[in-house]
Amino acid sequence: MSLFTAESRRLAKRRLIRWAVVAGLLVLAAVAVGTFFTNQKVSPATVAAAEAEATRSWQENVRYADEERARCEAAKGTADAGNFPPDCAQITAPAREEVQTEWFMPATFDFRDQFDSTWLVFAAILALVAFVAGASFVGAEWSSGGMMNLLLWRPRRLQVLGTKLAALLTWVVVGSVVVAGLWTAAFWFIALQRGTTAKVTPGVWQSVGLTGLRALALIVAAGVLGFALASLGRHTAMALGAAVGVIVVVQFAVGIALDLAEVKFMEAWLIPTYITAWMAKLYTIEDYNSCDTSGWGGCVPAKMEITWHTSGWLMLATVVLVLVPALWTMKRRDIT
Amino acid sequence: MMRRMSAVLEIQGLEKTYRSRRRGVRKALDGFDMVVEAGQVHGFLGPNGSGKTTTLRTVLGLIKPHGGRMTILGREVPASLPEVAGQVGAIVESPQFFPHFSARDTLSLLADAGGVDRIRVGEVLELVGLRDRAKDRVKTYSLGMKQRLAVASALLKNPRLLILDEPANGLDPGGIREMRSLMADLAASGMTVVLSSHILGEIQLICDSVTIISRGRRVAHGSVADVLASNSSSTIRVRLEAVSDLPAAAQLITGVGAHVSVENDHLLVSGLDRPAFVTRVLAERGYWVSELAPMAADLEDVFLQLTGTAPVEGAHRQVDQSVAVGAPAAGRWGQ
Repeated sequence: MSLFTAESRRLAKRRLIRWAVVAGLLVLAAVAVGTFFTNQKVSPATVAAAEAEATRSWQENVRYADEERARCEAAKGTADAGNFPPDCAQITAPAREEVQTEWFMPATFDFRDQFDSTWLVFAAILALVAFVAGASFVGAEWSSGGMMNLLLWRPRRLQVLGTKLAALLTWVVVGSVVVAGLWTAAFWFIALQRGTTAKVTPGVWQSVGLTGLRALALIVAAGVLGFALASLGRHTAMALGAAVGVIVVVQFAVGIALDLAEVKFMEAWLIPTYITAWMAKLYTIEDYNSCDTSGWGGCVPAKMEITWHTSGWLMLATVVLVLVPALWTMKRRDIT
Repeated sequence: MMRRMSAVLEIQGLEKTYRSRRRGVRKALDGFDMVVEAGQVHGFLGPNGSGKTTTLRTVLGLIKPHGGRMTILGREVPASLPEVAGQVGAIVESPQFFPHFSARDTLSLLADAGGVDRIRVGEVLELVGLRDRAKDRVKTYSLGMKQRLAVASALLKNPRLLILDEPANGLDPGGIREMRSLMADLAASGMTVVLSSHILGEIQLICDSVTIISRGRRVAHGSVADVLASNSSSTIRVRLEAVSDLPAAAQLITGVGAHVSVENDHLLVSGLDRPAFVTRVLAERGYWVSELAPMAADLEDVFLQLTGTAPVEGAHRQVDQSVAVGAPAAGRWGQ
């Protein structure tokens, strides 16, 4: 327990970790503030204004259609006739109900429909913070000689590394839960002030909770990955370099290469697809190359569905594939 | 198995081999033996790359050996290292600390990790002279101050065995003297100290016993006096009143069977059982001796001789160019 306490203190004292946490919180706060100012509460007056605007737009369309039809009639028998359909009656304005009032409504935050999607931003930012914190927490220990000093005091390597990881994950979970609470409260407040909290049933809260849990799992996995990669390379830069390498080389290069090769369901090779699927429970990739656009009426492209189960197994496998070698090398490699 | 109860650290036949595709096979430790008795200040000497730090890291569980046996405080290591680690304080090579933590933070975190009362932090900071800079970040420290902090971290546990690798590195002359005094005080308090250093004058002053390692093997060990005595020659230095008489005097002494080397202002004579015989031979021919003194070897001479690392004019010795001794005798546990 004393080692856990010491590692918790060490974690809190690390400057890079403090900065990463502050930066992450500032970005989250900016998202919430931005959402607050880009949404507004819908009143009967707002709805009336939107309906008036929709009517004005429909009338504009009717006038434009009339003018076009007149030009069509005038062009008959001239060289300009090719620019219009043979039957000028085909030029018609949309019906009033086709110009929807919602198009002219200001943005308003509907907690029931929109809050779930904010978890993706929350998870992505905190996962990045957890990755950097995990990498720095163990990487700086190796590169500064702190790990060697610690092992002179506690010559049980796996216990030392395991306790470090446990301290990291404990505080990542505690911090994430606290921030998730604040995040939910902030968006509830936004919905009250700039939107609506109508129809938020217990079922909605259950869905919010489950999405939040998946966000937490993603954050924890990112922390473990950063920690394990830095432990393998015995330097923070190892983890950060690996992350940059994966993003630049694998994601961009592979993405471009697969796109050029017109590979079917190219997005299935990209990490963000699986992160989105994990958070949204389902991500559908559509292959537009399979769509025949030669005829009228469009087509239905071939689809591939990535579920949160697939993403979950992939995430678990990645964590195991990196963490197990990190533990093995900790146990076996000389410390020089 | 016989084991002397007073031995705090015993190493027998320690082996460590490094293999790499580029450099091939290199034996860092080749059957190395070492014994440190309780309450001693023990010097651990060797040229660069001879295996000192590898030995210390192996003893402390940082490197896995390929052979041999080690005990600390009578317990086999590395198997029992977790049980004895609380009684062993160590610094290995250059002091390394997280640069953005203060000395007090660094030590209090170690104290927490090791279950040591934090009150001890202030005590060791006082002991190594860092009390007034304890709240400064380590990155503002000089090498000597980091060295003091490293010693403080090793002393934090109030260990029974203190292992210090180059503790005087970077210290100013006052600091070196303080370190010497500290070592003496610690030894007097019953602590056993293993001291690795290249400052041989210091080792000779403060150590009770030494082990000299060269190319992974022990080349000399025992009390400082014994090592000096067993490796000193019976050479004597002879000065005459008139320097111009040196060639003739050399001829006379050579005539009685001694080996003589003529230096600028004196002769070096060896191979005589009784140095007084020189006085008699020269006095008989009217040459007056102004000085007749035995040449006392110091630890540096012995070290250079045993490890074959004395500088040679016009030659540039490379690291690893030191003396290799014969194969180690087997089964001398505790010798």
